[in-house]
Amino acid sequence: MQRITGSFETSGRDGEGLIAAFRAATKRFGDVVAADALTLGIVRGEFLSFLGPSGCGKTTALRMLAGFETPTSGEVFLDGEEVSAVPPYRRPVNMVFQHYALFPHLTVAQNIAYGLWQRRPRPERAEIARQVDRALAMVRLSGFGPRRIWEMSGGQQQRVALARAIVNEPKILLLDEPLAALDRKLRREMQIELQTLQRELGITFVLVTHDQEEALSMSDRICIMRGGRIVQIGAPADLYDRPHNRYVADFVGKSNFVDGVLREVSGALGRIETAQGLGLGGRMGGPVAPGARVTLSIRPEQIGLARAAQPGAEPVSVVNRIFLGEHTEYLVRHAQLGDLLVLVPRQAEAGAGGFAPGESAFASWHPDAALILPQD
Amino acid sequence: MRLYALAVFGFLYLPIAIIALFSFNAGRHASQFAGFSTQWYGKALANPFVMEALWTSVSVAFASALIASVFGTMAALALQGMRGRVRAIADALIYIAVMVPGIVIGIATLIALVTLFGWINPLLARLAPEGAAPQLGMGHGTLIAAHALFSMALVILILRARLEGMDRALIEASADLYAPPLATFRQVTLPMIFPGILAGFLLSFTFSFDDFIIAFFVAGSETTLPIYVFSSIRRGVTPEINAIGTMVLGASLVLLIAAQLILRRGRRAAGKDGG
Repeated sequence: MQRITGSFETSGRDGEGLIAAFRAATKRFGDVVAADALTLGIVRGEFLSFLGPSGCGKTTALRMLAGFETPTSGEVFLDGEEVSAVPPYRRPVNMVFQHYALFPHLTVAQNIAYGLWQRRPRPERAEIARQVDRALAMVRLSGFGPRRIWEMSGGQQQRVALARAIVNEPKILLLDEPLAALDRKLRREMQIELQTLQRELGITFVLVTHDQEEALSMSDRICIMRGGRIVQIGAPADLYDRPHNRYVADFVGKSNFVDGVLREVSGALGRIETAQGLGLGGRMGGPVAPGARVTLSIRPEQIGLARAAQPGAEPVSVVNRIFLGEHTEYLVRHAQLGDLLVLVPRQAEAGAGGFAPGESAFASWHPDAALILPQD
Repeated sequence: MRLYALAVFGFLYLPIAIIALFSFNAGRHASQFAGFSTQWYGKALANPFVMEALWTSVSVAFASALIASVFGTMAALALQGMRGRVRAIADALIYIAVMVPGIVIGIATLIALVTLFGWINPLLARLAPEGAAPQLGMGHGTLIAAHALFSMALVILILRARLEGMDRALIEASADLYAPPLATFRQVTLPMIFPGILAGFLLSFTFSFDDFIIAFFVAGSETTLPIYVFSSIRRGVTPEINAIGTMVLGASLVLLIAAQLILRRGRRAAGKDGG
């Protein structure tokens, strides 16, 4: 898949791999800037997620694609055309709404047929029926066509909403927190189902979510947002392994953070000094000049615990232990670094056994696994 | 406490029950029950004056309810799009319109119409100098207009509640599924609020059919059923009047209950959408 980062041209040949794009798209609601100069390309056939806390602008971005919001300034492109002024009913995209927004006065089949029914010239009844049946089968609801909406469970309504959108074969399927209203087990199932569906249909999916696990498990690329701006775009593993700043490291997965001042940089490695005067090495995660305030980020699974002292290991005491099956999660306390989260795989503990709360241990990590990040 | 409640109900419904009972009186006196009979219903329905008044009432009620439903729906939809202070003022005005006493509406409408006709009639006379100019006056038209005005406020109130309860995402979903605004209105908004419109129509009909006060002011030479009942009562209460009263009561109750059922069913259908 074509990789696209922050800047690009949407017009001309360079934009050919793109199904949609924002160029400096800004949306203001009164004094509030919901989307601040968004510039982003959406690649044909990808599964892209907008991830961020509520109010970060992810929903506004989605609604600008759907046509429910018009950018205050900037441009939105769909399939090579500038569509800022095109109303939703003329855009070849379909949305799965957060609370499904199924029409309560219509049956399941009529809901799914709704989009086809609006086409001019209107398709034959038999043709519509055939496509509705196919869409029902795709979401595993064959035979549910004549039912009323309120006779369907939450998970079934979710699938009807999905079928109602995909039956139109949109250029992009927009999903607005589609799984938020489902319980945990159903959510896992739907995640897998959505992924499978996307692969089968080859339609571009754009998902909005505040759930990092959802975004990580389904997306080809994730666009992390804050305060109306894009913080970082990348594949899930990219964001996890190479966050650009502390915000991303904090939002994607769990991490331990140690604040300090960058003292020296040599190549890809750097060295920070904490407020307590402790020196720690790490890999440079972003372009930062010596003397700047930085944060050292260490993922819990990158830290190892040992009973014997090794060179470079830090002495800690075990505060808490949570057995998670394949992993054990420890909370350990370091005299200067404070509390650290440590995730130890089961097989690492098989020989020596686990640590009990109160026990002393030595925590160590590879300097490559510690990332020196700009604080913002 | 229970006795008190019983007494209240007694005072409320005993007179009505007596009217209904005596409408089946075989004798011709209103105070002595002389056996069961439906002859007074037959007499009432055979009375040409009663039938004429009934026809006036029904046609006025139908026309005014129709006008009120159409324009009330349009007004409610327009109000839905308003925000802030304008909307608060519009809402308040509609509530006031429903609460203003009938006699005030009657007098106000009468004065407004007389003033209006005072301007228009000379104008019409000048436009058609042959002396064949139509002259506007009180009658069928003014009855319909006055009732439609009042009923419109009722319809708006009912529909406002219904529109508030409607999920805005449904409109967006329809637009997202390629339906232009007019198609969305026809295929989503209208079916969703139709029970409200129907209930508004039935309530408007009942109101107009039962109204005496406003009608009395603006009816001119027309006689509606309530006006007929009022004028014939001056010649003494006969079982025939009781029969008419009972029929009016029955018809009104049926319409009111129908309106309630429609509203409740519609609300259930709209409420179960998970929105």
